[in-house]
Amino acid sequence: MKKTVLGLMVVGLLAGCSTEQAKTNTAQDNTVRQAAKAAEPAPAPAPAVAVDPLNDPNNILSQRSVYFDFDKSIVHDEYMPMLKAHAGYLTSHGSAHIQIQGNTDERGSAEYNLGLGQRRADAVAKSLELMNVSSSQISTISFGKSKPRAVGHNETAWAQNRRADIVYQSE
Amino acid sequence: MLKKVLLALTGCACFWIGGTVRADMSIDITGGESSRIPVAVSPFAGSVPAAQDIPHIVGADLLRSGELSLVDVSDLNPPISQPGDARFGVFRSRGADAAVLGAVQSAGSQMTVSFRLMDAVRQNQLAGFSYSAGPADTRMIAHRIADVVYQALTGTPGVFSSHIVYVLQRGSEYLLQVADSDGYEPQTVLKSHYAIMSPAWSPDGRRMAYVSFERGHAVVYEQMMDSGRRIVLASYPGSNSAPAWSPDGKRLAVVLTKDGPSQIYLVNADGSGLTRLTFSGAIDTEPSWSPDGSQLLFTSDRDGSPQVYMMPVAGGKAVRMTFDGKYNVSPRWSPDGKSFVFVTRVSGQYRIALMNVASGQMQVLTDGHDDESPSFASNGKMILYAAGIGSRSDLAVVTVDGKTHERLSNVEGAMDSPVWGR
Repeated sequence: MKKTVLGLMVVGLLAGCSTEQAKTNTAQDNTVRQAAKAAEPAPAPAPAVAVDPLNDPNNILSQRSVYFDFDKSIVHDEYMPMLKAHAGYLTSHGSAHIQIQGNTDERGSAEYNLGLGQRRADAVAKSLELMNVSSSQISTISFGKSKPRAVGHNETAWAQNRRADIVYQSE
Repeated sequence: MLKKVLLALTGCACFWIGGTVRADMSIDITGGESSRIPVAVSPFAGSVPAAQDIPHIVGADLLRSGELSLVDVSDLNPPISQPGDARFGVFRSRGADAAVLGAVQSAGSQMTVSFRLMDAVRQNQLAGFSYSAGPADTRMIAHRIADVVYQALTGTPGVFSSHIVYVLQRGSEYLLQVADSDGYEPQTVLKSHYAIMSPAWSPDGRRMAYVSFERGHAVVYEQMMDSGRRIVLASYPGSNSAPAWSPDGKRLAVVLTKDGPSQIYLVNADGSGLTRLTFSGAIDTEPSWSPDGSQLLFTSDRDGSPQVYMMPVAGGKAVRMTFDGKYNVSPRWSPDGKSFVFVTRVSGQYRIALMNVASGQMQVLTDGHDDESPSFASNGKMILYAAGIGSRSDLAVVTVDGKTHERLSNVEGAMDSPVWGR
């Protein structure tokens, strides 16, 4: 069973989507759209049942963000289950590649924040490498404070922006 | 309708600009007036708008310096434009030490602007020039007049005819712009849908280095100001940022993450000869060259919080310069190398501060919430910075004594990374 699912996942990743029969009842518009897109060159028998584990909201792999304290790059324990799931996916999908994107809140020096965002991305990369992910599957980048997700100017927004995101290369 | 307010009497006053000038500016002055030299800038003779505009621009420049105050003579009709005017004594009776008189004559598309700086007491001429130009040069002529007046009265070269560079974010667009020292006459050097940061002018003013995210990560470019031609100065894996020119313009310090966390490297101005300078394992960034080219100030969190350090360009031990508080960043040398400006966090607010290198004495110059990116004018008397307010940040100037503040712009969008050129 496991082997079958893995085989499907690799194919799916290469095609920009994948299938997993156990998650059929939670298919989202997004997944249906991707399944439909992938079906164009070689029509699949049942596109509606296709679910990408990376984008399945019920799968921990759909969680991609690690949040940080102010001026800190320590990965808190609460993110370990999520990172373990990604590590498991990456170690079992040797051709998968992720970019980890580090971000900061808007306060303070843009250049220092660029360095801080890089260190946050590197901290997440280090966690994954300690979980046996090959460093060749990971690249890191910092946007510093130039790409805030939350546009407010208060602690709620700042907390959202002190973040590193895992982005799969096919995305 | 042109409104004028006598500035000399109150702690805070608004100086309205009229004619073809677009925006209003407010200048906040704190502290005593007694140390400021009172100057009357008379409306110029002439029927073209420049005759009104030039004295107002000159007055705003002089006021921004914090070293001169303005004596209002706008009610005199016609204005005094010749030293032989029988009413000349009014300058002295209203408290002025000096007076600026002038006239604008237009002939077709050209105009001739002449002015004199007069000693209001002795009634002799201290300086006088005549300029011929097109109407588009009105503001630059006014800034040049302000430079002459400022230098004649204070002994320090003026910087009003110099230029500034900054990044303007407008919607999803980033514009690298060069403007006059008062924020007017902006010209776009680069327009991009990707973030631009940290512009750095070469010492000769002919090249601009900056950071762009157009390739998906931070890359340092170097662009010729005249042709717009550009080269990639540093595009290694990771982030390439914080370009800083050596005083001789032959090298730059840049910050790269190709070997781990942000570290400082030196590179020739053509991108060759990359050598690593710092080996801290911490974030080392924002290098600034001392005027003699021997030392770098930079930001590092090697001791646990971001602080300002100094080290020889030739390599060697870094010395910590800042100790107050847990966030001191963005150092920039003063032109005389005796002090530096930086950003310090005070009670959760980010403010511009000045530190004397020899004494270690620190003075906080601004009282904003999110003041960033300070840089000195070439005469060392004023500091340009970005003053954050909510979703935008304005350009602002503060004098080195912290007593005179002015917000320069009222452009829609966020202005960041300002740098004062020559």
